[in-house]
Amino acid sequence: MFDQSFEQLPKGCGVGYKPQHFADIMEGAGAVSWFEIHAENYMGDGGRPLAQLRHLAERYAMSVHGVGLSIGGEGDLDQDHLNRLKHLVGWLNPASFSEHLAWSTHETHFLNDLLPLPYNDKTVQRVSSHISQVQETVGRQMLLENPSNYLAFSDSDMSEIDFLKEVAKRSGCGLLLDVNNVFVSATNQKMNAVEYIDAFPLDLVGEIHLGGHDEDVDDHGDPLLIDSHDQPVVNQIWSLFAHTILRGGKKPVLIERDGNIPPWDELEGEAAQALDIMTNVKAAA
Amino acid sequence: MTPDQTDFTEALLRPDLPHPENLIDHAGRPAGKRFDVYRNNVVLSLTEALETSFPVLQKLLGEQFFGAMAGLFVRQHPPTTPMMMHYGEEMPAFLTGFEPVEKYPYLPDIARLELAMRQSYHAADATPIDPKIIATLPADQLMAARLDIAPSLKLLRSRWPIFSIWSAQTNGTPMPEAPSGEALIITRAEFDPAPQLLPAGGATFVMALQAGEAFGQALDKATTAIPDFDLQTTLGLLIAGNAITAMKTGDAQ
Ligand SMILES: [Fe+2]
Repeated sequence: MFDQSFEQLPKGCGVGYKPQHFADIMEGAGAVSWFEIHAENYMGDGGRPLAQLRHLAERYAMSVHGVGLSIGGEGDLDQDHLNRLKHLVGWLNPASFSEHLAWSTHETHFLNDLLPLPYNDKTVQRVSSHISQVQETVGRQMLLENPSNYLAFSDSDMSEIDFLKEVAKRSGCGLLLDVNNVFVSATNQKMNAVEYIDAFPLDLVGEIHLGGHDEDVDDHGDPLLIDSHDQPVVNQIWSLFAHTILRGGKKPVLIERDGNIPPWDELEGEAAQALDIMTNVKAAA
Repeated sequence: MTPDQTDFTEALLRPDLPHPENLIDHAGRPAGKRFDVYRNNVVLSLTEALETSFPVLQKLLGEQFFGAMAGLFVRQHPPTTPMMMHYGEEMPAFLTGFEPVEKYPYLPDIARLELAMRQSYHAADATPIDPKIIATLPADQLMAARLDIAPSLKLLRSRWPIFSIWSAQTNGTPMPEAPSGEALIITRAEFDPAPQLLPAGGATFVMALQAGEAFGQALDKATTAIPDFDLQTTLGLLIAGNAITAMKTGDAQ
């Protein structure tokens, strides 16, 4: 169906690339062995973003993470956007390509957020056929990321894990496990994050995300965590990550930070911590 | 029928509408504040994108006013593609029709300038020619030559002193006193676009070059409009900005 012979991400730690860290990274990235970019920021025709990306890709393995494809959208995928993605993945030849289980475009409106989906057969069909179309156009396998949930749908009739498994089965995609999203969703929906990880098909996981979140409360005073990517990784996420590695073995893991960006050394420190956890927990396999 | 993404989208952009009724919390209660997380994310992330695109507009209007205006803008003009780098293309037209700022008729052109800065930033790369080639060419050949202009070069003409206003807000130079028109080019010598004030007639000259007219024809047009057109300054800005990427002499088109 698609070429599986591409280079893989190293089973080490990556960091979400931010242009302000370019000079530091070029002096040596320490514990960091790969970088992830948001596809949409590198779809211009030239200039500094593409020049930096070329330098980065000469030295490090790269992951392209789309945030605007609207895989879960009710309408057709945006063919122009899909072509831009194909172009980027074509010339950059990254080691991994991923997108979100979410929608963000409705008709001609792009809403710039990852919006939620009901889990039922209708959505499975739509998401699977969109992923198949993406994989055929881009010419390679895609990893699908689990979302952060703030609410649920009355028309959901399956669990998120069953949903992801079914989509992976029908489309042949892999999965991206965002441990912070698991923690946020589990807290917001009064479920157990460890049980979620235990039920997750870790053999399909090609990448792990670690990040930070904000804390709020809902109308009833129940905790409402918000996936903000603007905080350091907290202890609960580190333990959940260790548990994941213990069950599933080493994986490429990303420190995901999109707001309130700290100096490079701080992110490199988090990467070193992730690497340390990964080497020191005894792999089950 | 359960509410679909049309209802979800409408409710996202219109806080006066009720939440879609199929959205619940873990206990089956209406989603309430949980839906507002998405409402806030959408408006905040789009407002932040506008702040990034229009820093000078934000300074001129003040953070608070700009924020309130952005809230209206993002609901009227949500992005039409996931290419957020070019979000806000409707801002000049929006400002023209926005009553609270009608006393500041130069604002739409400031918005055009800031949009052009971003277009220049992301424009395709092009290698400049060696300026010596221009300097050493015999006059008759130069007049017949056609120049290629870099894709990152952007030309703007305004009835207002937009270069001086932009500079005042960006570099702290004094705000202009007379409301006279200005024309400018944005050049990107390497990666950072910079606006450059053109002398009178400069815009006519650059526009003719961009349209593929011969150097001599462009010069004629500029001197017809402005008899003492300052060619040296205009050409100097193009060369310093690495904006001339090829020169075709003779019959070559
Ligand atoms: Fe993530």
